[in-house]
Amino acid sequence: MGVESPILLIGVGNEFRTDDGLGILAAREIRRRNYPGVRVIEACGEGTALLESWKGSDIVLIVDALCSGTTRGAVHRIDLITREIPRDFYRSSSHSVGVPEAVAMARQLQLLPRVLVLYGIEACQFENGAGLTDEVLKSIPQLLGLIETDIARLSPHSLSSREGLHDAAGGI
Amino acid sequence: MKNRVIKVDTLARVEGEGGIFIKIADGKITDTKVRIYEPPRFFEAFLRGRSYTEAPDITARICGICPVAYQMSSVHAMEDAFGAAVDGQLRNLRLLLYCGEWIESHVLHVFLLHAPDFLGYEDALLLAKDKPEVVKDALRMKKIGNDIVAVLGGREIHPINVKVGGFYRVPAKRELETLVEDLKWGKEKAIAAAQLAATFEFPALEVDYEFVSLSHPSEYPMLGNRVVTSSGMDIAVREYEFHFEERHIGHSNALHSVLKGHGAYHVGPLARFNLNFDKLAPVARQVATDLRIVPPVHNPFKSIVVRCIETVHAYELALRIIAEYEPPEEPAVSMTPFHGIGFGASEAPRGLLYHRYRLDDVGHIMDAKIVPPTAQNLPTMEADLRKFVTANIDMDREQLTWKVEQAVRNYDPCISCATHFVRIAWE
Repeated sequence: MGVESPILLIGVGNEFRTDDGLGILAAREIRRRNYPGVRVIEACGEGTALLESWKGSDIVLIVDALCSGTTRGAVHRIDLITREIPRDFYRSSSHSVGVPEAVAMARQLQLLPRVLVLYGIEACQFENGAGLTDEVLKSIPQLLGLIETDIARLSPHSLSSREGLHDAAGGI
Repeated sequence: MKNRVIKVDTLARVEGEGGIFIKIADGKITDTKVRIYEPPRFFEAFLRGRSYTEAPDITARICGICPVAYQMSSVHAMEDAFGAAVDGQLRNLRLLLYCGEWIESHVLHVFLLHAPDFLGYEDALLLAKDKPEVVKDALRMKKIGNDIVAVLGGREIHPINVKVGGFYRVPAKRELETLVEDLKWGKEKAIAAAQLAATFEFPALEVDYEFVSLSHPSEYPMLGNRVVTSSGMDIAVREYEFHFEERHIGHSNALHSVLKGHGAYHVGPLARFNLNFDKLAPVARQVATDLRIVPPVHNPFKSIVVRCIETVHAYELALRIIAEYEPPEEPAVSMTPFHGIGFGASEAPRGLLYHRYRLDDVGHIMDAKIVPPTAQNLPTMEADLRKFVTANIDMDREQLTWKVEQAVRNYDPCISCATHFVRIAWE
């Protein structure tokens, strides 16, 4: 898997809790686009399972709903190798061991992949039900654009991958 | 200290939301609430009209930590309705799947949620910083449980291979044998975990609980047809609602269950352990005996040791099932649906999970009732908090808040996701 799919993209969330499903839906779109060298999986966000899922992967991209209290629909991209997840990004998560804890634990236990990027959209509605709110839906193309740019940089099929991700524009 | 309020903010998102509210006036507790916003009730409504075949996969979605429990209780209820029996290797595979769930759920709770309380760490991250090998081992132990669920269930979360009557596909023996070495390693680590947990300092709290669990003539209960209590009640699962009832409580979206004529009761590891100690795998029973953790255990804080002992049992049972496994000729028992009512229960990691379905002539669900373990434990959790805070009313504010949260975590409630890093507000 490593050589054929050097990039692992993990869509995190619950598609039956409105905006919480954005990571899952974005991941499915990435899968549909069938980028070479990209493997896509879906996860509920339980941290220990996340840690296991990226074991052995060199490049890991995570897409998730964020809830920091800023403008709904704002798109975020964070290079997690060089930055911590801001504490308030997951203030509504009920996972005791969720994405931020998994990343922090991986950092602590030296289990981080070489490249780890978190993409997300500010989304504060987590009610029961399918479908995204309009504000989040409008931001999906921008989110997918950021991911696509990084995939192009990071893919071994692309010369620009040699530049590495940490110089990529768009980080916050 | 005489007047104060301990208040835990409510959190939102998946897998359970809750908070704690305790009011003290003139040195006495005047109000204790474990507030819950839990979604299973919606499932009961939208199960109506669905086929009996869909119940395992729909109800599995109630919980991301214990989907197997929902699948097991639902398939047993359907099989009860249709008069079908699933036994032999198919039943053993169900037990094996349940071993996977007990392992992953118990290990997650023991190491990442509960142990930090006893070791004085704010969370598992600090534990990982100080004792990385312990956390790495815990992650591997949990992964072994996930692997069982993935091999048997088709995937780790919300397994898709369970059906009424058995499985869609049964594994070859060699598929299960790939798990053996890891299971042996995990069993030894679980024994070490029990030994470590037994050294913890346990806050003083002894409660004369009414314990309730399933019972089986020869097995430590994961599956079983009878419900027993510490006061000697022994009933069929189908009689459950004659003896237990759910009540709506204003401060909680989860119903509170009570034993009629008694009140609050206690389900989960401590109940199973106290009521079924003689049926534990010999190695698990020996570990418990060596550690002097033997029935009756009435201190809920010691549930962490009992979870470790149950984890030893689950690893050992998994090894035995795999050693004796021969693939059955058919992956499932076929059955014909007909009008009736089915009752099923199994022991989720957190305790007894009861399902009841009324079905029409073609097996469509007319109504459903699901009683999750957390709802059954809620009145007991509140009683524990009252007793503990009363006995420690002069404890330093920060310490008391921590201990109050820890006391709720004793039950590994579905809201454990929320309670472990909940923010506390003082008035």
